[in-house]
Amino acid sequence: MLRIDGITAGYGAVTVLRDLSFQAAPGQVTCIMGRNGAGKSTLMKAIMGLVPVQSGQILLNGQPIHTLPAHQIPKRGIAYVPQGRRLFGPLTVAENIEIGLMARNTGPDRREFVLTLFPRLRERLDQVASTLSGGEQQMLAIARALCLDPAVLLLDEPTEGLQPSMIGLIRDVVLRLRDAGLATVLVEQRVDAVLRMADRVAFMAHGRVEAEVQRAELAPESSLFQRFVGV
Amino acid sequence: MSFGPFLLLALLEGTVMAAVLALTAVGLSLVFGVMRVVNVAHGEFFMVGAVLAWFVTTYLPFPPALSWLVALIIAPLIVAAIAALADTLILKRLTYDPEATIVATIGILYMLQQAVLTLYGPDARPVPAPFEWRIQTPWFGYSGYKLFVVAASGAILTAVWLFMTRSRAGLVMRATQVDRDIARAFGINVDRVYAGTFALGAGLAAVAAVLIVPIQQAHYLMGHDPLLLSFVVVIIGGLGSIRGTLVAALVIGLSDGVISMFFSPTLAKILATLLVAMVLVFRPQGLFGAKA
Repeated sequence: MLRIDGITAGYGAVTVLRDLSFQAAPGQVTCIMGRNGAGKSTLMKAIMGLVPVQSGQILLNGQPIHTLPAHQIPKRGIAYVPQGRRLFGPLTVAENIEIGLMARNTGPDRREFVLTLFPRLRERLDQVASTLSGGEQQMLAIARALCLDPAVLLLDEPTEGLQPSMIGLIRDVVLRLRDAGLATVLVEQRVDAVLRMADRVAFMAHGRVEAEVQRAELAPESSLFQRFVGV
Repeated sequence: MSFGPFLLLALLEGTVMAAVLALTAVGLSLVFGVMRVVNVAHGEFFMVGAVLAWFVTTYLPFPPALSWLVALIIAPLIVAAIAALADTLILKRLTYDPEATIVATIGILYMLQQAVLTLYGPDARPVPAPFEWRIQTPWFGYSGYKLFVVAASGAILTAVWLFMTRSRAGLVMRATQVDRDIARAFGINVDRVYAGTFALGAGLAAVAAVLIVPIQQAHYLMGHDPLLLSFVVVIIGGLGSIRGTLVAALVIGLSDGVISMFFSPTLAKILATLLVAMVLVFRPQGLFGAKA
């Protein structure tokens, strides 16, 4: 269980997250929606220790992680797929996967698991990551994160700029991982993707979670989408 | 001596220079590539390596070959330790800000230089070569030690290349070079990588110095030329590109050897600097560097 209790965080003198509380449970996909600048990506970075938390706390299974150096956080079992993929572009597919495996010393079984999940990557192991197509790059970004065998997976707009078939593939993977017990936090702007993947939806504005609802309570025409996302 | 043998001699001298320059410049290039730090103190790490080699070969009661071999191991280790300390105490505290670290490394330059001046003095002092044998050609005799320097540099550069491309530590360094935040998000201790990279870069400069000091003499101001030429090489080759650094070191070393021998060393430096200016104007990322 990932629990965030009243955190305030930002960049230098600029505060982005204000007294934000939120939690992600195992076996659930929690979607975060909000307009640009609401603080969604900053929240992901704060969880990963890449943005300093000024007050409040972040707990993983009851243990505080916000006080740890950033490189210790993935070792506790939180994996991150950043917005825009941010692969190690000049490295090969195999080397990107190796970096993921090194994070928690997961072995060949985990490598086999991610390559079975994304068979197309197996065909491109020696290819330089930056030369992959957009969809393949997203597969690699997710595969690299899954190499950690995480308890919590943070996905920041994984469907951004992808064709529908690729979005479908990523959706299937997310749902399969959820069924396997993974706690997934998904930042997503596409209403249809949220409605198909989410168990709970948190709506952010001005650095706070302003509304939180179960998926069953949301209809495609819900006023929350209009209010917080503008669609 | 006729033109052919004279040219051969110039090319041999140029190859020796290229080999040592490649070692020195690869250290500078690694530090910039991984850490984005322009290390102005790089030449002083070279100088400290040479001075330590003098201390070791002078005070160790061993035969010249053995004491030089000890210097080849000890001097780079001490220099690497000094660099790691400088990284932890100074550069890390500046959060590796590109502008601030330039000023900081200028400070490190003067601290090292003045420390050596105080402890070692202003004199240039010779370090005996580990062995004295000459290769006799039909036209001239040539130092076997200089050819050894070329072979040793080649072996060390090959080891660096294998380290960077085949080892886990090299993979971690390359990943950190691409994106340090995402490297952290995958469990990489970036502070440790930076300290190690700075130590490795300085250690390579010290290795180059220990190799060359039996040919040049140890002096507290000897770091200037290696620094200038290393910058020339990494700018031409492309900042952060090891392949570019090696190619540029070969070009600059050979041209310096030939031009120095046929014309003058000053002309060689002028032409090298002119080449840097042209690269900066027409291909700012260098021959093998990635566009910003």
